[in-house]
Formats: sequence, structure tokens, C-alpha cells
Amino acid sequence: MDIGVLLRAVPDPVEELELNDDETDLDRDYLGYVLNEFDEHALEEALLLKEDTDGSVTAYALGTADEVEQMLFTAIAKGADKAVKVGDGLGALDAHAQADLFVGALGEHDLILCGVQASDEIDGQVAMLVSAKLGHPHVSVVVGTSPGADTLTITKEYWAGITASYEVSLPAVLGIQAARQAPRYVAVSRIRQAQESGALTETDADPPSSSSGITITAVRIPETGAGAEMIDGDEEAAADRIIELLAAAGVGGAA
Amino acid sequence: MSGAILVVTEHLAGSFTDATFELLALGRELATDTGTELEAAVVGSDVSDMAGSLGAPDRVLVIDDPALESFNPVGHADAVSALVADREPSIVLVPYTSTGMDMASHIAIRSDLPLVSYCQSIDPADGLSATCQLYAGKVEADVTIDGDRAVFAVLAGAASAANGRGDGSPDIEQIANPAGSGGGTVFTELAEPEAGDVDITSEEVLVVVGRGIESEDNIAEAVELAEALGGVVAASRPIVDQGWLPKTRQVGKSGLTVAPKVYLALGVSGAPEHVEGMREASTIIAVNTDPQAPIFGVAHYGWVGDLFDLLPELTDRLE
Repeated sequence: MDIGVLLRAVPDPVEELELNDDETDLDRDYLGYVLNEFDEHALEEALLLKEDTDGSVTAYALGTADEVEQMLFTAIAKGADKAVKVGDGLGALDAHAQADLFVGALGEHDLILCGVQASDEIDGQVAMLVSAKLGHPHVSVVVGTSPGADTLTITKEYWAGITASYEVSLPAVLGIQAARQAPRYVAVSRIRQAQESGALTETDADPPSSSSGITITAVRIPETGAGAEMIDGDEEAAADRIIELLAAAGVGGAA
Repeated sequence: MSGAILVVTEHLAGSFTDATFELLALGRELATDTGTELEAAVVGSDVSDMAGSLGAPDRVLVIDDPALESFNPVGHADAVSALVADREPSIVLVPYTSTGMDMASHIAIRSDLPLVSYCQSIDPADGLSATCQLYAGKVEADVTIDGDRAVFAVLAGAASAANGRGDGSPDIEQIANPAGSGGGTVFTELAEPEAGDVDITSEEVLVVVGRGIESEDNIAEAVELAEALGGVVAASRPIVDQGWLPKTRQVGKSGLTVAPKVYLALGVSGAPEHVEGMREASTIIAVNTDPQAPIFGVAHYGWVGDLFDLLPELTDRLE
């Protein structure tokens, strides 16, 4: 099975975010980007399917951030056969533009995997926008796949641990929530080898053909502690206060 | 505003989900504000009786197709997309859930409508605008929409499900499936979750670990604290996806909904998908190094600091 996997760079979820001066976007000057965690699962599922079927994996990423090349080298080090960087210095793009650029760059694949969502997809999910533009069958919130002759059996998670199974004809696009096993680790030395491998190619990005039809007019960081009593002081002070709260709630050994 | 407000309903095993009633409540508010009608789309097999039980909408559009008895990602998306293209509602409300995610983009692309995702509120006055949550709840964004029609993928909690139950008797309109019946995807079976060693929905004390726990080995420290409190350890999704704790310990949209007496969140950021599963806990205490963590927005008590400094202090005091 020949699989294409779409990788996105997103702001590091553990970083403190700052806004730009006119408060319409993040201040992206010093922002760190990481691989979208759901895309990391999509890559893992792609690599597992490659192993199941003696297939191949091509990883695609848009040149939206400096960290993208490292993401693609890591994908090669983990087992992707090829990696394609689409465009360079593109800056942040909305989901419609990302979907257009991915569709423009994609080769022929039996299956396209992408993370089910990303934290910046305000105008729709790239995975499903790509499926709509390609007209391929699609399943979202996928938590496992198993290859058959001409179809793929997939598990979709509904909610509260309830799952449904589907037979999907190929080619198809899947939005991956979680791979059937945790994403693999790869040694830094292997990533360095990948940098020398010549498996990364770069292509130009055609201008996006569709517009999202929405405009962000203002962003703000919600006052997160507004409704909470914030505990001051060091860990000893915090522990003292939390023990009081537990006692007040009448639980466990703290009563 | 000329077209109706259309809610795309979601149901499983003969019952509508809470997400459906939340959207009906939101849709009713929007219909009142704009002087339009509220319609609900119900797609399935033999669903007329169920459709008639909806009290909030003015009209229910029923697409009855034996091939769509169970949710079909392609079939349901195609059916609703064709309905929207035909009826031209002004506002389409889709739940930001597992089934909604398979439909929203397709409806929007097919009718060339804008799609607003992670949506938490909609303002139809003076042009169409909305407020959304971005970056896992760390940022709120106001958006304006080109034109006067759009599809909205709405987060849980945007309105109260109780307000969407209603007691009216809607008109029922049967519509032949205007699309195919899900070519490309075939439903095969539904699976209930496996029972775990503990039922986190019945525990009074949950010590909940998130990404901040950093490694599988560190979970033992949280287990020790939970045991000292007579509770158990639960987790947010990233921890379960890593395989560090079983699925039966997961709180949130794709896991379980809990309402314990005490919810001690350690290194849990509080993304909307997590908060959906725990906001009813009686006492929520959150610990996170990031003062912007959205968990502090739902917590009753918070401490900004390192959970690894706090854990031994707490455990010492309890022993």
C-alpha cells in the first residue's frame, strides 16, 4: 500500500503564547513549532501499514515554519521512504489554504492519512477538507486500521470509548486520532543520517485556490484564573492549602 | 436573514446525543434573534418516531434510508450536503464531535459556504460573526464571516442541552435521500468499551495526570497520592494515546465524563475536549506550570508551579 501522510507544524502547546501588537494573531516572531501531535499518530499508523503491506510512505509538509525540515527528516528516520517539503517561508496558513497546497502537491496514493485536527484549524479540519476536495471516501477520528485486499478495515471512535468499524474502499483519506500503538521514538543519530539521505525533496507551492471566507478580527488570551482561587506561595504553601481543601471536601485521609 | 437555522442531529441506538440538544438550544436562540425558523435534519433508518420526539425545532427534515441505519461517514455527509445545497439554510449547526467532523467540511465545500470550527458562540446581529477557541483553548478568537450564510462546527457546552429539549410538535417532512448511500464506506459493527479494573465515573476522588507528568515512570507518584486520598488515577488523552494508562482511565470527549467530589488535575492543560468531560466535578484543583493553561478557567482552585515539587509535599502530609 502506497501511503501519503500530511504533517503540520503547530505552535508548541506547552509554550506561553503572546499576541501581536494589533491583537489579531499570535506574536509569531519567537514562537516555537512542533509536529501536530495527531499528525505524529498519523505518521505512526502510516508506518505500521507500510510494515503490514510491504508498502511505502511519503510524508508531506508545508514550508510554514523553520522546524518543518527537521519534522520531515524525523519522518524519514522513522521509516518514511520519501519526504516532500511544499513551498518555503509560507508563514501561517489557514486550513483551506493548507488543504489546497497539500492537494496540489500530492502524488498518487492508495491512502492519505492526516491528524484528525490541529489546534489552529479555525476554518475546518485539513484532513476532511482534503478529502472533500479530492472526492475520496473519508473517515474521521480513526484509532486503528487493518489492511484487506482492496479495502481497509478501520476503527472510528465515537465517544466514551464506543467505537465503530468500517470497510473503506481505496483511495481514501483518514483523519487519525490515535495510531494503534504509541508513536515510535527515533535516535538523533538516525535523524542525522536522514539529513544525508537525499530522501527530502522540495517543491514550489502553487497559490491557494480557495478562501476560507472568514476573517479573524481579534484574538485574546482568556482570563483563565478569573473564576478560580489562585494559591500563592511555594509548594509547601500549596500543599497546606490543598490539604485544607481536601479536608473540607471530606475525602480520603485528609479528613 | 432569509434561510432557516438547520441543526444536524446526531443519534446512536435510538437516542439523540446531548450535543444535539445543545445545538437545538443554540439554534432556537438564533432563530428567535433572526426571526427565522429552526429546522433539524435527522438521517437514519426508521427514524420518524425519534424525529417526532424533538420538541425544539419548528420542522424536522427526515432522510430515511435503510443503508444509513448506522452512521456512515460518506453517506451521512453526502445526504446532509445535498439537503443543505437544496434548502439553502442560512446557518448550519454541526456538533464538533466524531460524526460532526465527518460532515462539516463536506457540507461547507459542497455548498461553497464558510466553515467556522471550534465555535463557542454565534452572533447574527449586524452581519454574521462568531467566537472560537484556538490553540487548545489558550486563545479566543472573534471572526467575521463573508456573506450571510455559514456552517458552524460547535464545541460542547455552547448552550444548555436542557434548553434544547422543548415541548413543541414539529412538522415532519420526509425527504428521499438526495445522495448515494455511502459508497466507499460500509459500516460493519459497533463495539462498547472494554470494562476496566476501576470505574472512574463512580470514584469520589480523581488524581488526573496530563502531559505535564512527562513520562510513564512518573505516574507511580500520582498513583501513590491517589491511594493516600482513597481515589484513583485518571488521565487526559495524550497520556492514554502514549499507552501509559488504559483507555478506561481517560477523561474527556473521547473518554469518559466524570463528576467526582474532588478532581486534582496535575499537568493537565485543559483543552476544550478535556473540560467537556470534567466540568461538573464538585471541587476542581488544578496544578500547572503554565499560568495560561485553560484548566485554570474551569478550576475552583489553582496553583501555578511544578507538580513534581508539589507531589512529595502532598503525599508526606497524608501519610
